[in-house]
Amino acid sequence: MGRLTVSLCGLEMDNPVIPASGTFGFGYEFAEIYDINCLGTFSFKGTTREPRFGNPTPRIAECPAGMINAVGLQNPGVEKVIAEELPKLKKVFHKKVMANVSGFSVEDYAYTCERLDAEEQVGWLEVNISCPNVHGGGMSFGTEPKAAAEVTRAVKKVTDKPVIMKLSPNVTDITAIARACEDAGADGLSLINTLQGMRIDLRTRRPVIANTMGGVSGPAIFPVALRMVWQVCRAVKIPVVGMGGIASAEDVLEMMMAGAAAVEVGAANLTDPRACEKIIADLPEAMDRYGIRTLSELK
Amino acid sequence: MKQTIFRVESNTALTDSVFRMTLLGDTSAVTAPGQFVNLKLDGFFLRRPISVCDCEDGRLTLIFKTVGKGTAQMSRLPAGAEIDTLTGLGNGYDLTRAGDRPLLLGGGVGVPPLYWLAKKLRAEGKEVTAVLGFNTEKEIFGEKEFRALGCDTRVTTADGSHGIRGFVTDALPESYSFFYTCGPMPMLKAVYRRTVTDGQFSFEERMGCGFGACMGCSQKTKNGYKRICREGPVLEKEEILWED
Repeated sequence: MGRLTVSLCGLEMDNPVIPASGTFGFGYEFAEIYDINCLGTFSFKGTTREPRFGNPTPRIAECPAGMINAVGLQNPGVEKVIAEELPKLKKVFHKKVMANVSGFSVEDYAYTCERLDAEEQVGWLEVNISCPNVHGGGMSFGTEPKAAAEVTRAVKKVTDKPVIMKLSPNVTDITAIARACEDAGADGLSLINTLQGMRIDLRTRRPVIANTMGGVSGPAIFPVALRMVWQVCRAVKIPVVGMGGIASAEDVLEMMMAGAAAVEVGAANLTDPRACEKIIADLPEAMDRYGIRTLSELK
Repeated sequence: MKQTIFRVESNTALTDSVFRMTLLGDTSAVTAPGQFVNLKLDGFFLRRPISVCDCEDGRLTLIFKTVGKGTAQMSRLPAGAEIDTLTGLGNGYDLTRAGDRPLLLGGGVGVPPLYWLAKKLRAEGKEVTAVLGFNTEKEIFGEKEFRALGCDTRVTTADGSHGIRGFVTDALPESYSFFYTCGPMPMLKAVYRRTVTDGQFSFEERMGCGFGACMGCSQKTKNGYKRICREGPVLEKEEILWED
């Protein structure tokens, strides 16, 4: 076991660094720049039952120390992901991958997870419950403990692979959602998804993003993410993947000291395609500086 | 795509708001006119995508307009400043489509990417007509440079203060073999309606990453979804779907 080795829901990873879904595609753009097999794993582009184009453009805005996106889950749909993306992914990445799944009904989630469960390279299923529930008045599954539990149970029924529920921070009490997922059988949790935000263009006096609002990510949200990871780690027993604005090896250590078993890195990949490679390379020296022998001792 | 450090060689104002920056570094990933680079500026989270105006071995020329705080900061970078740069982004124009008498139509800061294209087409012995459109005389740049390449160069201004009064579509030659264009959206739409041959359009879009990871710049086309940063910024005339 190396100094950086961690275990996530029973699967060992060489290090805790996981590029977050939506910032890493299916890996091959990054494989042009570095050998992505240095990663712990990565969470691939959020996949839905049907193909989705997503929202109109502009989908991106900048903010101090971060960005806002309203991409709207653009993806080719689970059938094409399995037929076209995963074979390409397999050529450049040789470890277990994290499959990120979104849906707009409980049945959607179960269907997509069942299809991806059959893929050998999929090690974990990460279930994004920040999407609106079209049969439940459009409220996000992740804002209501009962709805979050319902998705968790439906997904657990169709797979034996570890199920990680990805939580939205846009709630009053994230620990209530976390406990509901744990009670419904979730193997792990990941948080936080993006925080809702917006920008207005002073010249046009209109929102910069066509969808008006979007999700804020980047270092701007790191303290909020850290606080929520801390709270959730004290509310549940299952492992937590911490994310939200991580951009350095020090951020990884801080997130793991809050209780995270592993971390995801999102927006940093977009501004520096080598961000994760650098963070992994920097970890041993940062650990030396703070007297940390192995990452697993931080648990 | 390549990520390397470029060093600013020169940075000079061409008009009140348009600047010409030359950069020295590894240009090996820059393969076609119409591609862009993505620059990391201190203090800004997202990179700034800028089209390549010219490229020689080891030297890039960028011409950019100051439209916000990021490009304003870029305009103040002194010689010697280092910039973390992603190069070789986007597909670029296809020179093999040009025919004998290609037409280039540029509007404002849509003119720069056509310069390297013109240079390459002239080197192949093509008879190039370049129509450069601006709002008014004091915003004009590049006229001399296109003339020096031996292009039939026509300048239009919306207010008639220099050259032909009107828009680039008011100065089209009688015949041409193919066209290449880059400029503001209303101009691109007019070019689409008024041109009679096939052509290639270069589009602009707000980008997250600039290399295909975030899906921030996707557009619908007749050939499916395309990322402006990856399968674009250059699209074929026949595949464009205008969304009003």
